[in-house]
Amino acid sequence: MNVHLYVWQRLTAALMVPLVLVHVAVIFYATRKGMTAADILARTRGSIAWASFYGTFVVAVAIHAAIGVRNVLTEWSPLKDRGAGIFASAFGALLLLLGARAVVAVVLP
Amino acid sequence: MLDSSERWAKETTEVTTEGATKDSMSDTRSDLTVSLWRGAQQGRYESYKVPWRENQTVLDVVTFVQRHLDPTLSYRFACRVGMCGSCAMTVNGRPRWTCRTHVSSVVKDGRLEIGPLENLPIIKDLAADMRPFFEKWQRAKGAFVPARTRNHEIERIRPDSTARIAADAAIECINCGICYAACDTVRWNSDYLGPAALNRAWTLVNDVRDGANAERLQAVAASGGCHACHSHQSCQELCPQRLNPTASIAGLKRRTMWAYLKGEI
Repeated sequence: MNVHLYVWQRLTAALMVPLVLVHVAVIFYATRKGMTAADILARTRGSIAWASFYGTFVVAVAIHAAIGVRNVLTEWSPLKDRGAGIFASAFGALLLLLGARAVVAVVLP
Repeated sequence: MLDSSERWAKETTEVTTEGATKDSMSDTRSDLTVSLWRGAQQGRYESYKVPWRENQTVLDVVTFVQRHLDPTLSYRFACRVGMCGSCAMTVNGRPRWTCRTHVSSVVKDGRLEIGPLENLPIIKDLAADMRPFFEKWQRAKGAFVPARTRNHEIERIRPDSTARIAADAAIECINCGICYAACDTVRWNSDYLGPAALNRAWTLVNDVRDGANAERLQAVAASGGCHACHSHQSCQELCPQRLNPTASIAGLKRRTMWAYLKGEI
């Protein structure tokens, strides 16, 4: 971990605090209201607001988690900075891909 | 030439005699079983019987073994009064300064297990190789670099200034290596500079007379620097000088982060 990674991890963590709270609130709202998948998709499809919200969330998660995984690998596996960095970057890219796919699935009209 | 059992028997007699004449200084009602690490990286714990005394330090026990039971035992000490920082060892699983640690405060069921400091190579027996520890002080730019010469006027330092208060809170390190041996992050990441070196860097970052802070912040912000710290606070818990290296490292994290955001490092 160096200051560059430290700043990115802290900034993405700070960004995710309100995003997580809103996400959890949305889950509670949707389940309490008994909303169906169709109800939810009707609200999210074509919505720039939800696309921005979950798009930002996915990017923040991909960066934050990748840095965390890199730290775990450098401390707990034989991998050094470079090897751990490559593995963590691949993991972050996978998270970004899966997350983006999910966002696209619910916001594209 | 006496074998070890004969020497021990001889010593027991001497101690008993002494105990009979100096009740206030010794108590031979029971013995202390002391396991000492013998060997280098590859080695084993060997047990010794040492007389129990009400008032003895862990260093006294080690010295007793070396002087009376096995002169080949290697260990390190100098001042014996908690100033030099050379006698730190692992005592019953925790790093401690042995000259100021009373046996009665750490003994468990009449047993002591004493080994060299952890997270460092072992030279022999209880003597750890301190070179990695001090090499990291160098890497963290732990040497004072004067910004002025003797031809300049003496810098006036206000004792109540924020920077001086921060430096004073961390300055009494005796380089014993206890925090380094106690640190989980050092154990997991051999590249990590460790609490003592970073604590030293923090004192210099807060020393207005120093002229090398850009390089120092760069050094402690690199991989293996202050941002590797997990704030487990074992260093603070076990520092014999009651310093708080975790707080110093947190200060470095803040300082380097702002320097980074401002583009200074």
